[in-house]
Amino acid sequence: MIVPVSYYLVLSAILFGLGVVAFVFKRNVITVFMSIELMLNAVNLAFVAFARAHNQLDGLVFVFFVIVVAAAESAVGLAIVIVLARNRESLNVERVNLLKF
Amino acid sequence: MPILSHLWIILALPLAGSAINGLLGKRWPKSAVNSVAIGAVSLTFLAVAELVREFFQLAPDRIPYVGDYFTWMIAGPFRVDFALQVDQLTVVMLLVVSFVGMLIHIYSTGYMAHEGGYYRFFSYLNLFMFFMLTLVLAANLVVMFVGWEGVGLCSYLLIGFWFLKKSAADAGKKAFITTRIGDFGFTVGVLFVFATFQSIDFQTIFKSLAANPVSEGLLTTICILLFTGAVGKSAQLPLYVWLPDAMEGPTPVSALIHAATMVTAGVYMVARMNPLFSRAPIAMLVVAIVGAITAFYSATIGLMQTDIKKVLAYSTVSQLGYMFLGCGVGAYAAGIFHLMTHAFFKGLLFLCAGSVIHAMGDEQNMMKMGGLRKKIPITYWTMLIATLAIAGIPGFAGFFSKDEILEAAQSGPHANFILWLLGVAGAALTSFYMFRLIFLTFFGEPRYDEHAVHVHESPKNMTIPLMILAFCSIFGGWFAAPKLIGGIDHFSTFLDPVFTMYAPSAPPPAESAASAGVALAHALISWPVFVAILGLLVAWWFYIKSPETPKRLAKSLHALYILIFNKYYVDEIYAALIVRPLLWISTHVLWHVVDERVIDGTVNGVATVARESGGELRKLQSGNTRSYAAWVVVGAVCFTFLLLLVLGMR
Repeated sequence: MIVPVSYYLVLSAILFGLGVVAFVFKRNVITVFMSIELMLNAVNLAFVAFARAHNQLDGLVFVFFVIVVAAAESAVGLAIVIVLARNRESLNVERVNLLKF
Repeated sequence: MPILSHLWIILALPLAGSAINGLLGKRWPKSAVNSVAIGAVSLTFLAVAELVREFFQLAPDRIPYVGDYFTWMIAGPFRVDFALQVDQLTVVMLLVVSFVGMLIHIYSTGYMAHEGGYYRFFSYLNLFMFFMLTLVLAANLVVMFVGWEGVGLCSYLLIGFWFLKKSAADAGKKAFITTRIGDFGFTVGVLFVFATFQSIDFQTIFKSLAANPVSEGLLTTICILLFTGAVGKSAQLPLYVWLPDAMEGPTPVSALIHAATMVTAGVYMVARMNPLFSRAPIAMLVVAIVGAITAFYSATIGLMQTDIKKVLAYSTVSQLGYMFLGCGVGAYAAGIFHLMTHAFFKGLLFLCAGSVIHAMGDEQNMMKMGGLRKKIPITYWTMLIATLAIAGIPGFAGFFSKDEILEAAQSGPHANFILWLLGVAGAALTSFYMFRLIFLTFFGEPRYDEHAVHVHESPKNMTIPLMILAFCSIFGGWFAAPKLIGGIDHFSTFLDPVFTMYAPSAPPPAESAASAGVALAHALISWPVFVAILGLLVAWWFYIKSPETPKRLAKSLHALYILIFNKYYVDEIYAALIVRPLLWISTHVLWHVVDERVIDGTVNGVATVARESGGELRKLQSGNTRSYAAWVVVGAVCFTFLLLLVLGMR
């Protein structure tokens, strides 16, 4: 039996929503970072589902791009997190608010 | 014909002198400044003399000679050329301006020798000569207007020459603003001329006027507007108030600008526009009335002044009135004749007054002089000659010119008994106040501290111009003398072509020449001569014979005395009616409301809105990552909804 595409989309939306909520409300930088990954992967899921439903490769190509970007992003991001942890001895985003008016 | 074909040289010389002294003279010694300034005006005078020689060789049909140098501006049909012209009237004016100007320049080297800003003074004086010659040489109204405004500017600069003195700076402003009222009328008049004749060129206007008659109402309007300018420039009623104040300037300036040349520009302009005025009898009458009333009115003020220069200032206003009276009754040549003789004797009077002031150590009050006759004999004799000339004593220059004006007012084609009466009464007053000045200054007992004031005759560079002008004050009027013994009046015959070329109708036939003896007797036994001698005698009675009489008279006619002593309160009336309301409106409406509330309010309001909204918006940048994240989410949600909405609408 073939799972209808709407099921994938609902799952993708739920995962994306969880990612958004975690992104906004979590204080730990690593958690915020993980929630971004969660959102990216939710979108990846939607891409794959559409690609399969339409029998096209475009969506899959997009997914590879997203994975590459996510890998690069996590490399840069984790480097920032390490510097942050060294300088502030904390991973709380609320303590990093120097850049303001 | 070197000068006639290069008329611009006459203008370039004083302009160059002014520029050289103004730009470089500050560091130069006085002798260098002198040689530039005197050199420039002397060369100008020589150029004018050469011009006159060439002019007399011109064929009559080439007069007026016009030199057109370049087109200054073109706008549609409006076209102004920088063009200069020479005709008989120009020649007379050029000679007067350059000759008297040169003498006064020389005199100034003595008078201003101890003053600061020496180079500045001579730079202004040369600049004045440039503008005055431009005014006189102009071949169209716009170039004339350049000279007209330029002399006004120099007048302002020179009245306020001692600008650290508040009264001098104020007098300069007063002169500039008061004449500006007249100039407004003049400008509108020029526009009317262009609208009517499609040209501002003198010869084109006059030719078109002679060919196609213009309605008299329009001509009257134009003439009255132009005359308004003359009223301001030549200090006639009701705009004369600036001239007495202009005496704040150095005395040579009063002599050159406020007696001999600039203030006569109005008379020159009226004479120049004579074809228009001759066709507008009402305007002529206005000119004559204003002239006659001014001549009488300011003579009455002159009776009571104690400042030696103020007496001469009111006298100048009065004499200018005579010139306008002459023009107004159609005797333009007589008006210009009086302009010329007046330039000699009034220039001389001012220079003598300057010499007296110099001798007294900057004292101008005649009540603190007296008995100077023996101490400064050259000044005394030259001033006496000038006084005899202005009073109209037979044989002196003023007699001939004033007599011609009054004769035209009495028996000319536009004769008017009341105007004549005002003129004769003014002549009596003139004689009285001038001899009062002489008696108070040079006769009687000294009324100053003889130990404190060292009275001394002026140096040669001041007295020689006095003597030359004294010579002119006697013989400058003798051009007209042959008329009295049955001959012709050389001066008015010379000027005649200017005033008859475009005259509305053939000039009236020359009155049958009376036999020589009758004409002479008629001129000598006439009212002007009689009242002049009467004025002399009354002044002698009042100030030499019985000095108590004026005081008793002042007591018995107290109200009149106070009224005239305070110059009819005209300055106070102008202040109450015009100056103070204008200041009030400027301060309380234009400044505090329009400027501060409306203009500043708008500008500041815009700035305040930008600053306040910016101040609120910048609070969004909290530095808090989570709030940024929340905004990103909000933005994404809004954008998504918008997208769905648009897609749903399709």
